[in-house]
Amino acid sequence: MNSKLKQLIIGIATTAALVCASTSRATDITGAGATFPYPIYAKWAEAYKAQTGVAMNYQSIGSGGGIKQITSKTVDFGASDMPLKPEELEKNGLMQFPTVIGGVVPVVNVVGISAGTLKLDGATLANIYLGKITKWNDPALVALNKDIKLPDANITVVHRSDGSGTSFIFTNYLSKVSAEWKSAVGESTAVSWKAGIGGKGNEGVAANVQRMKNTIGYVEYAYALQNKMNTVQMKNRDGQFVKPEDNSFKAAAAGAQWDKAPGFYKILTDEAGKESWPISGATFVLMHKAQEKPETGKEVLKFFDWAYDKGGKLASELNYVPLPDNVVKLIRAAWKAQVKDAAGNALMK
Amino acid sequence: MPTFLREASLKRHTVLDMLFRNLTRVSAFGVLMLLVAIIASLIVGSMPAIRAFGFGFLTSSEWDPVNDRFGALIPIVGTLVTSAIALLIAIPVSFGIAIFLTELSPRILRRPLGVAVELLAGIPSIIYGMWGLFIFAPLFADRIEPWLGAHIGTMPYIGPLFSGPPMGIGILTAGIILAIMVIPFIASVMRDVFEVVPTLLKESAYGLGATTWEVMWKVVLPYTKVGVAGGIMLGLGRALGETMAVTFVIGNSHELSKSLLMPGNSIASALANEFTEAYGGLYTSALIELGLILFFITFVVLSLARYMLFKLGQREGQAT
Repeated sequence: MNSKLKQLIIGIATTAALVCASTSRATDITGAGATFPYPIYAKWAEAYKAQTGVAMNYQSIGSGGGIKQITSKTVDFGASDMPLKPEELEKNGLMQFPTVIGGVVPVVNVVGISAGTLKLDGATLANIYLGKITKWNDPALVALNKDIKLPDANITVVHRSDGSGTSFIFTNYLSKVSAEWKSAVGESTAVSWKAGIGGKGNEGVAANVQRMKNTIGYVEYAYALQNKMNTVQMKNRDGQFVKPEDNSFKAAAAGAQWDKAPGFYKILTDEAGKESWPISGATFVLMHKAQEKPETGKEVLKFFDWAYDKGGKLASELNYVPLPDNVVKLIRAAWKAQVKDAAGNALMK
Repeated sequence: MPTFLREASLKRHTVLDMLFRNLTRVSAFGVLMLLVAIIASLIVGSMPAIRAFGFGFLTSSEWDPVNDRFGALIPIVGTLVTSAIALLIAIPVSFGIAIFLTELSPRILRRPLGVAVELLAGIPSIIYGMWGLFIFAPLFADRIEPWLGAHIGTMPYIGPLFSGPPMGIGILTAGIILAIMVIPFIASVMRDVFEVVPTLLKESAYGLGATTWEVMWKVVLPYTKVGVAGGIMLGLGRALGETMAVTFVIGNSHELSKSLLMPGNSIASALANEFTEAYGGLYTSALIELGLILFFITFVVLSLARYMLFKLGQREGQAT
């Protein structure tokens, strides 16, 4: 406990030092929030600094922390995996926009099921996580997987124990496809799980799934890919079974009607489209509409402007999916219309 | 001239003394201030949750961040049960280690064994957690839990404590990992206090024909009980507040189960898991109140221990 406390104090001190150091130079920008996009923001920051000399410091303290910090204006931008509702944005004078897309992938470890072959639909997945389907040879699972011999074994459900954007996307999807899930559990970064054990972080869920037999869990797509986990095929809204791949995430993003989503409040779950992966989601950046320090605000926008133009390749390398061009266009229009300095002039012309 | 010099140096010393006294006073009161400040901020932070749930917070087993309904029963039970299991295992084992190291071990082994115990105390808790999750839990699930379920799980009364599917992680695993973590603390304190028992006392007992066990139980332990209790409290303090290792192996499930093999949750682990992403006043506040409860539990446990020692000391006074 003592050493924890010490670490905490050192952490706070460094954070404070970092914030002080970066605000003293007008051009450097700071952000804080979600852990999910941290690898790509860090990569972008490195490349951007090499090109322009402007440093971007991002602290992955969690979406909740990111929202708190941008509301109290201690950072130049906040980041969250869970978009804020338009009325919440309005209340705090914020605007938000998506940056990259990721997906959530159910993973299994069952004897007799080879990689990428198990087929699931939303209702069945919801019933497994509700604790209503408890056996791998349940009729509902057998009906979806006639060609696989499913074992007569108990299903061990694994979920995230920490609050996380991954859980938000996952529970948002289950709420859309199962009325019972929606009323019994609902959607959030942390929910009251009805079954199973919790693992801390993607690595905790992955460790439990890989270690125990007859388990099902869910992790970020990039994580499943890098650890070669046994992913499943999901039945999407159009009734097609799709595999989790870059293309199926892109399809989900392209099919979504962002222009009809005020404040970019859009979660890419259960989207229409033949190839759409049904459990996708974007990660978001939050900024104040009225910028007290227009120079810094402008630098933030320039950074993400550069990221949309030049950062796609870096994102793909890290298994994130860049936003489709039509969405980027909408975001640039939103910047122009919403982010302003004290005199009411748009920061990005 | 000499008197003048002496007076000057005396004066200087008085100033230095005063400085030193104040410095120590500031340090001591600084700790007190810090304690008060932490308690105060915990109370202020948990006010919304206290107002919303009252004492029901302590007895409700609900934990639903979506609908903002929170109760602390499951983490409280988990914290107390895992710590109890840890002490149940750690105290006898540490006692054995300490006896061996002070009385029975060949002289040549004492130093390496003692250093090994102390090194165990220095391992960061996350290492214990990772070891527990990746090495111990699978072993436990494959070898020990099925046996527990088949043999003890069918017994009356205590059977339900050991039933359920063998998952390898859960309350019992967390308790065992905690035991391993607190053993070095308790054992090294016990060894240190056993070593200061005057040889005269022990030799007298041996001379009267006492066995090693009788010497330990009737001479060494009574002589050192304050120190031993202190060591146990140190271990208990660590067990109650341990975060990382427990998070890895406790299963982190907000469910109340009779079985020790099932997943549960502890206060520290719930905080570590949920604090970063907690958004919304009541959720954060409920977590802070959990912290306040942990603080309170630790305080009560330590006070009880002090009181117990005080009572023991009093009885001794009457007996002689």
